[in-house]
Amino acid sequence: MISGIFHTTYEQDMALRTSHAQKVRLVILVLFLLAFPFFANRYALTLANQIGIAVIGAIGLNILVGYTGQISLGQGGFMAIGAYTAGILTARMGVPWWASTLIACFATAGIGAIFGIPSLRLKGLYLAIATLAAQEIILWVVTHWKVVTGGVDALVVPNPELFGLRMNTDFNFYWLVWALVIVVTLATVNLFRTHYGRAFTAIRDQDIAASVMGVDLFKYKLLAFAISSFLVGLAGALTAHYRSIVTWERFTIDVSVLYLAMIIIGGLGRVTGSYLGAIFMTLLPVVLSNLGRALKGVFPIVEALIPFIQQAAFGLVIILFLVFEPEGLNKIWKNIKDYFRLWPFSY
Amino acid sequence: MPSEFVSTLNSSTLPPGEIQLQVENLQLNFGGVAALSNISLNIYQSEILAIIGPNGAGKTSLLNCISGLYHPQRGKITYFNGAAHETTHLQPHQIAKLGIARSFQNIELFKHMTVLDNLLSGCHIHMKSSLLASLIYWGAAQREHLQYRRFVEDIIDLLEIEAIRYQTVGSLSYGLQKRVELGRALAMKPALLLLDEPMAGMNSEEKEDMARFILDINEEHGVTTVLIEHDMGVVMDISDRIAVLNFGQKIGEGTPDEVGRQPAVIQAYLGEEQGSFPFIKTTSE
Repeated sequence: MISGIFHTTYEQDMALRTSHAQKVRLVILVLFLLAFPFFANRYALTLANQIGIAVIGAIGLNILVGYTGQISLGQGGFMAIGAYTAGILTARMGVPWWASTLIACFATAGIGAIFGIPSLRLKGLYLAIATLAAQEIILWVVTHWKVVTGGVDALVVPNPELFGLRMNTDFNFYWLVWALVIVVTLATVNLFRTHYGRAFTAIRDQDIAASVMGVDLFKYKLLAFAISSFLVGLAGALTAHYRSIVTWERFTIDVSVLYLAMIIIGGLGRVTGSYLGAIFMTLLPVVLSNLGRALKGVFPIVEALIPFIQQAAFGLVIILFLVFEPEGLNKIWKNIKDYFRLWPFSY
Repeated sequence: MPSEFVSTLNSSTLPPGEIQLQVENLQLNFGGVAALSNISLNIYQSEILAIIGPNGAGKTSLLNCISGLYHPQRGKITYFNGAAHETTHLQPHQIAKLGIARSFQNIELFKHMTVLDNLLSGCHIHMKSSLLASLIYWGAAQREHLQYRRFVEDIIDLLEIEAIRYQTVGSLSYGLQKRVELGRALAMKPALLLLDEPMAGMNSEEKEDMARFILDINEEHGVTTVLIEHDMGVVMDISDRIAVLNFGQKIGEGTPDEVGRQPAVIQAYLGEEQGSFPFIKTTSE
């Protein structure tokens, strides 16, 4: 609650953005997103597109892990289902890319719900192991069901086209992915102001009390898995169409851990946290390798060590966040806003 | 805006004095331990029934059976609200939908949510928006949200928690958390309210407040209330009837005065030696 703002209607009270500063920030952000592709070079656009896909995937995972409290290590597997469903439908059956994307979302949601069934009995670490099994089973099927997936060979997906425009150029894809990011963000924010979202959060905080309040634990846990997997499937399908190539290496357990790191570093149970985490984890390797290149002249050995430094830096960053700011980048962002709201009288 | 439920926190349709919940020959075992043996108890519409007894007597187990968290091995629980519902083997969320709300001995609030969201989560069973409408929000879901936002304001008003509406529950004091938990149960518009030690660990001022709220809910809104409480002063003062449990058996039942005179009850509380019952003394102070 921001002091100095007084609501006179319940509509105002329920609004997402109440202060002037919040609205101004939103407008600036939207203007930035609209202007960005006209100024950015191709490399920056590629990064922006990667971030967009990562944001969708991170929001999906955050719905399950951050909001509903069901730990999942199956992110990579669910992305693989999205990517392979979309890829196979478009490449082998000629389904239009947008239709295959939609089908992939629903397919992933269904399979996600099936792998969510153990969550009724298992919590915490035990559920993490069950979802780890999902990850491994899915990737095993992908690499061994050669007739359908092509096994370990890459699956080539035709370029997506819309009204004669090729959608997977960096410039065109930017509009597609960020439009979807905005839709997904709005839907998620809305979901968590209604009784569905509150039921998810209630399950996370105190599942027995939630059931006594009338929340059907089985239904809502499966629903959380389904909604989360829907978005993760979307991220997977977008990867397939953007890259025009689907390989299983892109969906290993590393991806699951990377996405978990994103939402932990960004902030669990916060949509903003998914954004910040996705941006941070996509840019961190870029920054590190640029740094390595810059230092090459001074310390020639650094360049050879870059891959190792990256791995170590990932681990280090996660540990530092857990120790110093468990609520993640989102909390740091909030602290900055709070500081400037009271500035210069912040005592 | 239809105001049908404004100030009606009660979803019961029974006239006062009718049997609302009937517990028959309940048997609950944990391995070789009989937590409840052969318990029969009637709860009548609009009364305040206190369940008392020493620690480990089975009070909370009985409440857990009624709200569906435990399923008894034998016996039957029937709930009357319009029709007779056998709730013995129903799941907790199905029992909640019938209008039975409860609070917990150790506060079980959703501690990362605000007070407002905790209260709104109590309205879960009444909210009907579809998933699609919720994702779109603007339109049907917003109207429903608005309707219940107004409704919970009545509860905030009743429990005098206006000042902490927007605070996260985890940051509140124990006494206030207890109050919010009562509010969350009330947000279900309960026909039957089960309170497990609503005043445990409170100072006398907080206890007085809580007793006043329970009486308000019962007298103004007619909500049947079952409470487990160890403070005999409070129990004797506010309850219409008392049931006494000891070692999983019901050893006494009746009005506060009747219960205070029953030898079995005196023995359970004071041991073999005959003496005056502490309840009476406390109330006369």
